[in-house]
Amino acid sequence: MSDTQTLTRPVRLALLGAPNCGKTSLFNALTGGRAKVANYPGVTVEYRKGEFELPDGNKVELLDLPGVYGDTGKSMDERIAIDAVNGRLSGERAPDALLFMLDAAHIETHLHNVLQAKNYGLPVILVLNMMDMAARDGMSIDIPALEQELGIPVINCVAVRASGRAPLLDYLTDWTGDIDHGSAAIPKPEPGDIKALQQRARSATRMAVSRLEQVETLTHRIDKFVLHPVLGIVILLGILFVMFQAVYTWSGPAMDAIEGSIGWLQGIVSAIIPEGLMQSLIVDGMIAGVGAVLVFLPQIIILFAFILLLEASGYMARAAFLVDTIMAKAGLNGRAFIPLLSSFACAIPGVMAARTIEQERDRLTTIMIAPLMTCAARWPVYFLIIGAFIPEGRVGMFSQQGLVAFGLIIVGIVFAFIMAAIFKRTLARGESSGLLIELPSYKTPVFKDYLRGLYDRAMIFVNRAGRIILPASVAIWFLTTFPRNALSINETFAGMIGNVILPIFQPIGFNLEMTISLIPAMAAREVAVSSLATIYAVSGDAVEGQMSAVIASQWSMATGLAFLAWFVFAPQCLSTFAIIRKETNSWKWPIFAFSYLFVLAYLGSAVTYHTAVAFGLG
Amino acid sequence: MGWRMSSMPTRLTDIAKSSATRILGFSADTPEQETRLRDIGFAEGDRVEPLHFGLFGRNPMSVRLNGAIIALRRQDAQAILVEPVKR
Repeated sequence: MSDTQTLTRPVRLALLGAPNCGKTSLFNALTGGRAKVANYPGVTVEYRKGEFELPDGNKVELLDLPGVYGDTGKSMDERIAIDAVNGRLSGERAPDALLFMLDAAHIETHLHNVLQAKNYGLPVILVLNMMDMAARDGMSIDIPALEQELGIPVINCVAVRASGRAPLLDYLTDWTGDIDHGSAAIPKPEPGDIKALQQRARSATRMAVSRLEQVETLTHRIDKFVLHPVLGIVILLGILFVMFQAVYTWSGPAMDAIEGSIGWLQGIVSAIIPEGLMQSLIVDGMIAGVGAVLVFLPQIIILFAFILLLEASGYMARAAFLVDTIMAKAGLNGRAFIPLLSSFACAIPGVMAARTIEQERDRLTTIMIAPLMTCAARWPVYFLIIGAFIPEGRVGMFSQQGLVAFGLIIVGIVFAFIMAAIFKRTLARGESSGLLIELPSYKTPVFKDYLRGLYDRAMIFVNRAGRIILPASVAIWFLTTFPRNALSINETFAGMIGNVILPIFQPIGFNLEMTISLIPAMAAREVAVSSLATIYAVSGDAVEGQMSAVIASQWSMATGLAFLAWFVFAPQCLSTFAIIRKETNSWKWPIFAFSYLFVLAYLGSAVTYHTAVAFGLG
Repeated sequence: MGWRMSSMPTRLTDIAKSSATRILGFSADTPEQETRLRDIGFAEGDRVEPLHFGLFGRNPMSVRLNGAIIALRRQDAQAILVEPVKR
């Protein structure tokens, strides 16, 4: 091939391979994408398109696909990958060729998947990723011998390093030209069933791969502690506990600084803009509303600092292993653990991650209970109410507030298991099967990727403040400010609306302000906090930035606890119901999810309120 | 599934921690179960060694399979037939 031929159209390549072999890392590195990468199987459950330029200036389209074992498409994410390769995704043409990626350290276990990939009728090359780590663990792979055995080109690669990607880019420069001309070799199909292919693959690895017998890798040494039946569970609980304690104890100074600057900003604006509607809109509506949520940014960052570390290190799949017995008792599929854990960030990726679960009824059960995991949007509500009613002291070495937050999360998890057990015995009856996941090797997170992931998560939180909380705050400000002659909140539009539904919520201890805040919280749970901030700011009760103090003076303890109980279940968040609609392709499931969460929230609040009143906290 | 022997087969679930074995075949409940196990990498002739067990009823278990570590429940592990090998 000549060097600088322009392609007639961008060649389209698809990245295929087992889960967690590094496809998305390569995709991000080549296309400049920011797709989520982590060290557990099943991170990518959706196909993604990107484009990059080869050294000769030609453009290549790259499809990043969910990981697949085999070629049958047993779960929804696997089917997406296989449909993409076959050109059956609606609106997407089939790829022109395949990059089959394999984690070099796992070459024996997965090589038959490469042979299966030869049967798609497309040119295919094998990209052996993480060759550096395989070499470190005492493996050597004879590339020419492997090419001979497989009958396709084999390129070694270290996806996360530019020098490690260079051989692949060099190869692609010529190969894409061949593909464009239709002269790229289409491999000879591999006959036989999976057993025959495995035997073929084993004989190929015997020719081309040598590894030291049974090396005791660092991963095996760490697992002796982490997967120990008793010690492992102690470590898991310890990690979670430290995480929630850290969220409380490390965030104080940063929160004070943010509260301070919000108060300062309100002071400045009040000084510049004369008293009146405009000043009130900006100070009481926008700044108070958005500020009330932004103040929790430090907590969110600390929370995600831990979550991302667990995801990147390889611990996630171990946690799934440790809790699998409990999952099995609730009738849950072992694979459900990872979607549920993702739901601690947000139920939306959690619901999507349930695609990795093969059995449809197990997937539905997982989707139904995902909203019970304490998502990041609930933290501002917890922080606010806990800050108002739970003293800052310590119990032994633990922060009291941290203990309460931990308790609320546990309540959510316990109810998730109870509900799962009920669903499995009623709606989604049937044997649940399988854990069957690979436990990845531990890895030190790439610092740059880690920081970028943390930054992305923080920006999601901040962007929501702009996209959802700001407009919601303005709306709430309008409704609580007009009509102008209102003497109390009861006579404002917000009060009128709130009073219509107040009879539903009064029996469980909610006051008018809380009831009003529940409505805009449908857009996002943390809007409950910003709405309360605006309501109290407009009524003139709020001291700058001191939301907790206002709540503490206006609500009884029983009312505060009832509100916390409500948000453990929180039948809020329209986006969650929208994604359930999309992922189940029916209205039945989102309506069911809303209904059962509403009933739980209502009963939970009622029991909490009346118990607290009985103990004299009313 | 190619399994022929007069004595009772040994299942992967019968093997003690850290004992190396070789896979002889499968006796899966369904063809899908066998395909699932093969897809993730279990095959005749492979060496497999139990590494860790869960707290209750030794469930789930993790095994070393070539360069990989695989976690599986007993209902899947019992479908893998093995013979002990010497180190």
